[in-house]
Amino acid sequence: MSSLSFQPDRNLLIRALQAIRPQPLILTKPEELKPYECDGLSAYRKLPLIVVLPDTIEQVQSILKICHAQKVPVVARGAGTGLSGGALPHEQGILLSLAKFTKILDINPERRTATVQPGVRNLAITQAVDHLGLYYAPDPSSQIACTIGGNVAENSGGVHCLKYGLTVHNILQIKLVTIEGELLTIGSHSLDSPGYDFLALMTGSEGMLGIIVEVTVKLLPKPERVQVLLAAFDDVIKAGAAVGAIISAGIIPAGLEMMDGPAIQAAEAFAHAGYPTEAAAILLCELDGTNAEVSEQLMRVHDILVSSDATEVRTAKDAQEAAIFWKGRKSAFPAVGRLSPDYYCMDGTIPRKHLPQVLQSINEFSKEFGLAVANVFHAGDGNLHPLILFDANQPGELERAEAFGGKILELCVTVGGTITGEHGVGMEKINQMCAQFNSLELSQFHAVKAAFDPEGLLNPGKAIPTLQRCAEFGAMHVHQGQLPHAELERF
Amino acid sequence: MTGQDRSLALQAQVLAAYSQGNALTIQGGNSKTWYGNHLNSIQGETLFLAEHSGILNYEPSELVITARAGTRLSDIEASLTAEKQCLAFEPPHFAATATLGGTIACNFSGSARPYLGAARDFVLGCKLLNGKGEILQFGGQVMKNVAGYDVSRLMAGALGTLGVLLEISLRVLPKPETELTLVKALTAKELLQQANAYARLPLPLTACAYVNGQAYLRLSGSAGSVKQAATLIGGEALLEPESFWLSLREQQLRFFQTEQALWRLSVPADTGVLALEGETIYDWGGALCWLVSDLDPSIIREAVSQVGGHASLFRPSTRQTQTTTNSFQPLSPELLRYHRKLKQAFDPKGILNPNRLYNGL
Repeated sequence: MSSLSFQPDRNLLIRALQAIRPQPLILTKPEELKPYECDGLSAYRKLPLIVVLPDTIEQVQSILKICHAQKVPVVARGAGTGLSGGALPHEQGILLSLAKFTKILDINPERRTATVQPGVRNLAITQAVDHLGLYYAPDPSSQIACTIGGNVAENSGGVHCLKYGLTVHNILQIKLVTIEGELLTIGSHSLDSPGYDFLALMTGSEGMLGIIVEVTVKLLPKPERVQVLLAAFDDVIKAGAAVGAIISAGIIPAGLEMMDGPAIQAAEAFAHAGYPTEAAAILLCELDGTNAEVSEQLMRVHDILVSSDATEVRTAKDAQEAAIFWKGRKSAFPAVGRLSPDYYCMDGTIPRKHLPQVLQSINEFSKEFGLAVANVFHAGDGNLHPLILFDANQPGELERAEAFGGKILELCVTVGGTITGEHGVGMEKINQMCAQFNSLELSQFHAVKAAFDPEGLLNPGKAIPTLQRCAEFGAMHVHQGQLPHAELERF
Repeated sequence: MTGQDRSLALQAQVLAAYSQGNALTIQGGNSKTWYGNHLNSIQGETLFLAEHSGILNYEPSELVITARAGTRLSDIEASLTAEKQCLAFEPPHFAATATLGGTIACNFSGSARPYLGAARDFVLGCKLLNGKGEILQFGGQVMKNVAGYDVSRLMAGALGTLGVLLEISLRVLPKPETELTLVKALTAKELLQQANAYARLPLPLTACAYVNGQAYLRLSGSAGSVKQAATLIGGEALLEPESFWLSLREQQLRFFQTEQALWRLSVPADTGVLALEGETIYDWGGALCWLVSDLDPSIIREAVSQVGGHASLFRPSTRQTQTTTNSFQPLSPELLRYHRKLKQAFDPKGILNPNRLYNGL
């Protein structure tokens, strides 16, 4: 395994980068580097040696060849909205921003594909094909700002992945530059490609295996109709059972979200969505499809919710009311941020049947650590976002919150789940990887890494822990509700 | 559930082969032995997976099934059918003995593939033996999981050359409430154009094929939405749709009973009719073409590569006693180099199904 320490000659590196023709934008002054010191996980900050902003694939190739020759770490960055510190700079490395790659290269309505540069924003793809009645399905909550290159690197999900899958299910081809500066075309415009599924391997590889410089995504027809129901329960267990009952009935909702009492109260105080604040849990269920299908499913889901002991079931009258139902859920993070000076957002996934046990344990941990918690939950696919409330100014609270979060993630692994459903490992969950994978499995990951980047220059220290490292736990830390990119929705 | 855990015995066999540097041929139900390269193949001992079988976990409300690799596909499908669920990628069996492990190793998917996904899209996790005899577990039983590289999906289509699959977790889906297949008399060109036009609309289309001068379009979903879409598409309702789709998937149609080579051409959806001499069937709304032809492989590969696709020699001509053609479209030199490095990472002595996918892998 390669070392994580590098000693590049900064001046030599700058001279080599300046010799690239046409020269890419190179930032070297401290005040220019400052905006790149962190991504969406602002608890971790570092200044890179240099920031480079190329705008052609050839420049990316030249930059990587130079870094390879001079043994310089390379950290790729899209919009910097990631929540796990995947784009945290390396102090001895360059920060390679793909922000100038903002062109939509081709839209092919016949094939239902769009080929775009990596810096194109997720939502911009859907906006560009809207007139064709098509859209790009994965919709991470930061979709207004996050880039498709970052989405591929993180295998981003969103509230609709229960029905439409993650990024890996919705792309056909990428172009990737290796650390040696070679340009690889991975996948194709056909539905499958010869050889190993490198497309799957690269998706979610967190910038560890190569730099994504082009992406071809699949487009889907916009559903004819979308409908949203809201159901309230006097018991979280009943709400969990209702989720199972809907899916057992053969219905796959487009989205199925749950919030517990503390999250409901916080969201209602913040967003005034008309949520029943006395409820122990609410479910939001979004159905989409053809007009006829949505009508049929709406009746069935309504009946299931009633027979699952919902204290109240509401169906949105129109798109405006549906948007209000969603508003509360989508503002859960900032709403909780107002309750407490700081919070930690966890991102574990569990098999849904263990929800009662996991929620009960979270309540017990909450008492044990003396810290409150609010739970929001992508209930359909078992992805939990417990928000642990604490005050970093109180001695010991940060450490208690970290320990609390660590216990939640360990529990997720124990019940057969995972430490990260959609935010990625990055810097944040590097230690929890040790709870999920044993040393043989981690060694296999390192061997995969070495096949593409034997010297460990791409995003060193992220995603896969060294075997020596398996000790502590960390989590997303938000101070005073100040999220980087506070303008973005987070849910 | 019947079945047994043979993982330790399998591990012992891989460890022995690893220490000796001997090749192993991985065999599940022996239903697809003809698939892949046999040119330069080094057979060595056979690693038998069929007895390593049994469904380990299936809970319909979780939409996940976990089974040992040697479990018969038919057993898995029977369990799912009892709960009104299915493998939405409709894998072909090719023989009653087909196993889950072989299905995933080949990444075979049926007619629903363009609309619902391929085998690889439904893989959630796996347990495997790498070429060093280490038992490793990746992914899990949950849909959203981004911890570590996606090794389990990488196993789909690797033909066992990166690892011996021991257990696989798959996402399953509810069986559609209603299905209807419409038959229309169209030219292939017309059907392929219509298939793309329909795929741009929010219709419950789940299969679209062109066989013997007829277009077959399958609709799946709620009764109301299937009826509504059928009115739009038109054509006659097919009387025994399930047997038609089964005979296409299992290659039981007369078209497939041939002495000539059977080629599988995977092409972009808007390719249209390919100008290649031979008999053809189109599936996947035109993105998959089966070609029966004696044309020179290089002509087929060149033509398909021109349109952005790739050609696999699915079954060689039975007239030739010895195959001289690689089964799969050659990779670019750069990609092949990384394939070799990845193979090294999983199987450093190259003992797992050597050369079955490409020479040197």
